[in-house]
Amino acid sequence: MKKKILSAILCTVMAVTALAGCGTGKSAASAGGKTAGEETCAILVKSAGNPYNKKMIEGFQEIMDAQGIKYVVKEPEEASAEAQIKMVNELVAQGVSSIAIAGNDPDALQPALEEAMNKGIKVACMDSSVNADSRMLFVNQAGIDIIGETLMEAIYDITGGEGQWAILSATSQATNQNAWIESMKTVMQQEKYAGLELVEVAYGDDEYQKSVDQTLALLSNYPDLKAICAPTTVGIMAAAKVLQDESSPVKLTGLGLPSEMADYIGDDDAHSCPYMYLWNPIDIGRLTAYVSLALVDGSITGAAGETFTAGDLGEYTITEASDGGTEVVLGPPFAFTPDNIADWKDVY
Amino acid sequence: MATKTGRVISAEQKFSWKRALLRWEVFLVVIFIAVNIMNACISPYYLSVNGLFTATSSFLDKAFIVLPMAYVLLLGEIDISVGATVALSACMLGITFNAGMPMGVAVIVCLLTGSLCGALNGLILTKFTELAPMIVTLGTQILFRGIAEILLTDQATGGFNQVPWFKSLYWGKVGVVPIMFIIFILCAIVFGIIMHCTTFGRRMYAIGKNSEAAGYSGIPVQKIRFLVYTITGTFSAVTAIFLASGMGSVRSNIASGYELEAISMAVLGGILTDGGKGNFPGAILAVFILGFLRYGLGLVNVPSQLMMVIIGLLLILVVMAPNLKVGRWKAAPKGM
Repeated sequence: MKKKILSAILCTVMAVTALAGCGTGKSAASAGGKTAGEETCAILVKSAGNPYNKKMIEGFQEIMDAQGIKYVVKEPEEASAEAQIKMVNELVAQGVSSIAIAGNDPDALQPALEEAMNKGIKVACMDSSVNADSRMLFVNQAGIDIIGETLMEAIYDITGGEGQWAILSATSQATNQNAWIESMKTVMQQEKYAGLELVEVAYGDDEYQKSVDQTLALLSNYPDLKAICAPTTVGIMAAAKVLQDESSPVKLTGLGLPSEMADYIGDDDAHSCPYMYLWNPIDIGRLTAYVSLALVDGSITGAAGETFTAGDLGEYTITEASDGGTEVVLGPPFAFTPDNIADWKDVY
Repeated sequence: MATKTGRVISAEQKFSWKRALLRWEVFLVVIFIAVNIMNACISPYYLSVNGLFTATSSFLDKAFIVLPMAYVLLLGEIDISVGATVALSACMLGITFNAGMPMGVAVIVCLLTGSLCGALNGLILTKFTELAPMIVTLGTQILFRGIAEILLTDQATGGFNQVPWFKSLYWGKVGVVPIMFIIFILCAIVFGIIMHCTTFGRRMYAIGKNSEAAGYSGIPVQKIRFLVYTITGTFSAVTAIFLASGMGSVRSNIASGYELEAISMAVLGGILTDGGKGNFPGAILAVFILGFLRYGLGLVNVPSQLMMVIIGLLLILVVMAPNLKVGRWKAAPKGM
């Protein structure tokens, strides 16, 4: 009996020491930054283990470190609104000054974020917006219309202005994908694009294998296809590989990660993608940091028409967003070409 | 006949239950205190009454599943469809509400949906007793989630927070005590009393120990199994209600992984998966141990990957602890 109790206590002590060790050791590292002011700014991304999110965090940290502001980084283990609500509550309990969030759900975070704003915490969102009532300001990576125009122009350029082309999207319900596709269709109404024929919008559901299958289906259904536009990082990578492996004359553009697309970007026939676009997640993080700081020091309130300076990124003006809230738009998407891809593939 | 059997079982159970109290309960209380001391040491924000009560909101919604899950595990069975049941019930709540029904009706529809899901599990498992609960509930998990996805596709359904009383289920407080906390404690007391002080509870222990023997001694095994699975469904719907209240809107992919969290809380509480062992206060203590541990680590911003490692290790240690003892106990006579 005594032995049993002893072993139980031993286990407890072991567990607690292990926990305490982990807890204290890591907290210093992740809280990071310098303890200059009393202000603490928090960034809460969609989920852990995503390189894109990591780059956004990097940009945020860089600015906070430079300004000597304390910051907190939160990454939920799964990309769910429930996990984010829990983390918002933890941040409120710590009494942070601002929360910048990439929402996993536009509406489900509203009660938690309203609660935070009631406590005087400044709430902004970036990359993936929460609804207009849950935020003071949205840091938009790129305006929908800019992306639509840019991609349409790329298709025009690649096809030479006439012929069949197709879109390979993510899921049929993805909000941002559908907005871009709508925008491209609107742009295509212009006289300039009269020679182009959009034959199909295929959905690869942001799954690699399904995107591969959809690309193969497009190739066999439309022998005269000249170009594919994939405004999704999973889709473009799958399509790039298929086209290159099949030595297909069909060319590709869209939105993709440079690190994943480096092998496929090139001007010659051996490469399937002449160039593609994406915004810079590091810059999103930087701009988010500047927005957080400006909200905290009161130089902006998130109302349309206000302006602020975001360091090297330049001057920004807050505008009305399509959902009734306000936003700042980072800028036009960045082009990755055979000339610069080598520099970017190691960045993100 | 039946009453006599019941008495014998209860006497035997009471005896071993006291021994369990000596070991497991003490063990859990020690862990609970240790977690709290550790949290208070590593974060200056931890020890605040307001903060602690608010923290309970983060985990009590899913803790409602732990209550019936303790029963399921006590029977020596498992139900992994609860997360999907939560999602489906929540979707039905949203659909009913947005079809123009009053919130009260939507809540009843939600509870009915959950109960039906649970009853379906119970029906399959009691009509085809040779089937493994793990496999059947794996099937219904996919089925329920699939129905929820068909109902809502990728869209959210919401607007629940226009109804003040519904919002206050999750966010409301009486003084500093959240309403959800009060409801949870009340439910826990009822579940505890049923498990430890009623014939129904003693019969569950008997079935968990040996369901065939229980059946031969006149216990309506299948009826009790059916009831337990149905209650599990009902309380998954209760979780769905609190979750919907907390988020103000729902979609079909919510509550993924809740089944595993509920099971791990119950197991940490000493309700072993092979049935017939464990007691209810242990499960409730475990809910708060895991909840406060996560909250404390969250307060000092431990990365979530590391938090998973810590909680995984804790679970393994806890499950290992009694086996260590049994090992020694067995080894001793052999050596002699």
